[in-house]
Amino acid sequence: MTKALTVKNNQCVRVPEIPLLDYADFLEMNTTLVNDVYHHCVNYFGLRQPQGIRLFCCMADDAAGNILVSSANLGNLSVAYPSFSARHLSFHAFERELHESFGIRYADHPWMKPLRYAAQRADRSADIRNYPFYQIESEELHEVGVGPIHAGIIEPGHFRFICNGEQILHLEIQLGYQHRGIEPLFLNPNTLLQRTLLAEGIAGDTVVGHTTAFANLWEGLCGFNPGEDILLARTIASELERIAIHTGDLSAICTDIAYQLGSSVFGRLRTPVINTFQVWCGNRLAKGLIRPGRNQYPVTPGIAEALTRLFDAYEPDLDEMYRRMKTLPSVLARLERTGIVKQDQAERIGAVGPVARTSGLLRDIRWTHPYLLYSALHHQPIIKHHGDVYSRTQIRKQEITQSIKYIKSLLLQIPESVSPDADPVTAAPDSFVIALTEGWRGEICHCAISGPSGELILYKIKDPSVHNWLALALAVRNNDISDFPVCNKSFNLSYCGHDL
Amino acid sequence: MHVNATGMISDIKILLHQGKQYIPDVTTVEVPGRFRGRPLITGANADVEKLVKLCPTGAISAQPIRIDMGKCMFCAECERTFPSNITFTKDYKISAATREGLIVGEGSDEPIVVDPNAVRSEIRKFFGKSLKLRQVSAGGDNSCEWELNAAGNVNFDMGRFGIEFVASPRHADGIVITGPISRNMAEPLQICYDAVPHPKIIILAGTDAISGGMFAGSDALDRSFLAKYPVDLYVPGNPVHPLTFINGVLGLIRGKR
Repeated sequence: MTKALTVKNNQCVRVPEIPLLDYADFLEMNTTLVNDVYHHCVNYFGLRQPQGIRLFCCMADDAAGNILVSSANLGNLSVAYPSFSARHLSFHAFERELHESFGIRYADHPWMKPLRYAAQRADRSADIRNYPFYQIESEELHEVGVGPIHAGIIEPGHFRFICNGEQILHLEIQLGYQHRGIEPLFLNPNTLLQRTLLAEGIAGDTVVGHTTAFANLWEGLCGFNPGEDILLARTIASELERIAIHTGDLSAICTDIAYQLGSSVFGRLRTPVINTFQVWCGNRLAKGLIRPGRNQYPVTPGIAEALTRLFDAYEPDLDEMYRRMKTLPSVLARLERTGIVKQDQAERIGAVGPVARTSGLLRDIRWTHPYLLYSALHHQPIIKHHGDVYSRTQIRKQEITQSIKYIKSLLLQIPESVSPDADPVTAAPDSFVIALTEGWRGEICHCAISGPSGELILYKIKDPSVHNWLALALAVRNNDISDFPVCNKSFNLSYCGHDL
Repeated sequence: MHVNATGMISDIKILLHQGKQYIPDVTTVEVPGRFRGRPLITGANADVEKLVKLCPTGAISAQPIRIDMGKCMFCAECERTFPSNITFTKDYKISAATREGLIVGEGSDEPIVVDPNAVRSEIRKFFGKSLKLRQVSAGGDNSCEWELNAAGNVNFDMGRFGIEFVASPRHADGIVITGPISRNMAEPLQICYDAVPHPKIIILAGTDAISGGMFAGSDALDRSFLAKYPVDLYVPGNPVHPLTFINGVLGLIRGKR
């Protein structure tokens, strides 16, 4: 029996409407739902209340395009509870966070590994410096530790390998170095602008993805309906961000297999794309572009012209370089059958985004829970099945081509009028709202709960990287350690998005 | 033989189509379209109280009106609300050798320069023609990191000035810090800095590094490292623009007293 509230993407509901179940029923229902591939958990978190920790579980129904929200209350924290993760591993990160934040103990969680050593964690004596990596005593095996600071200009995280010569047997990833305490800050500042800037900083390479989620959430909470011009600008921005990063990733993948021509050409192809963001909104990473309630930088005929000129110059060069790259045996030898994530692994761990789609899983919020103008675009997710670095390279090229097509078709429908600035500030009281977007890495989920006066009492952010880091750890098993960099780049996961 | 020749011809065609990608003069090139660089402030008829209050990080102060580019998020809310009082110019050369050098006052249209008198003499002596830097992302959101990577690409090519990011602090002349310095990165940052041989420099890149940005009040930060050592260069931006970074570093290592 499903006792959950059915909500749509960006919908705002009253908290009392969310069914409050016994923990046993809550566990049973959610872990049963996830056994079919069309259900997956998009967010699962807790809120401290006087009577205990109120748990909220959000299960996406990909077939129906809904989200099923249910809750339970844990009044007694001195006992150990049965875990969701023992029944389906895809909940593992959420329960690790619940343990880290509130001290909830689980009797049978497969691996209660610290998630991010958050500043407001329950056990302050736990320190990232003392983290006990999994070890094996052996004459033949050795450990390689990489990070937290890495060789290139890249965010920090620690990778601990157990190797047999060149071959990786096991990789353990420890994150938390980038933790800045962003979620509590959403509650403190009292201006809309401050919250918007925080949203821009969740993952600075996914400004449009996260800020659109925030804007959609906030507008849903305040009952504001953005005009067509706002929806158009945000949809174009989302696809342009996808193009910009995917281009950079193609360059990075070439760098890590020492394919100099590809590295330089794809690298320089990113420049005109992000310079177009700058022409549009004054910032190459699109900071400043998305504002709740506003069309901050309208898509004018001038901007449309700039985008058209961009693609006319960019696309032939991208296609030419990519065509050349995929004829080279030396390139294919490094990319094919490297870093494989099998479909059953992807499903088991709850992978999302291109990582899921290249392992045969249809996970794409633009398709399952469309927002902005994705319904009108008749978006078709690109699915591949080999799950290797090559698949993750191919999907980037194909998504770039698809995104260009989408932007060109949107440019034919620019609305005449520009919405006047409206800064929605009146949030509904005692409400819950969920916003899902498909960032270039995968599904982003923001949830918020308001108190009796409409003040925010919870802001919960889920970056797709939270699911996908485990996919990287699994993918490198039995690969050579020299393939680790290209595997890592083929995922390109967020450290700060994970660590918040 | 035939296959190799065809492949080589494809490569040559690609190279020809790419042409010359480097910006000929990164000290004078104009950035395209809109850009929020050095601000111009006029105080006439300003609603000073409202102006100060609307800045999300408190970067604006009054009497006289000043904007602190080290706290500024370059969000342009002040410019949008008070267009007759604040304009952000396209001047990307906004780096300074002192923290005070980042503060722009009312009525000033002076370029921001890296004051050579504020730079330690050994910096120019040792690093004028070759500067190797280690990048430490200490809670950075990855926007400055992407732009620092871009500073070394074929368009901006800071390598032509001998400026390079290296893979180990042992190979480096200094560190470039991005991010507000999270608690969990405090020790790795210190260990990295300790491993850099003397003489060594510290560069802060981006608003988060310079002032903490939006995270300034967070209990997840530990900025005590910055109280221990002098900072040699402040590069503002959210994120830093590659041209701001390159020109700032050139000012640091080549500025004549």
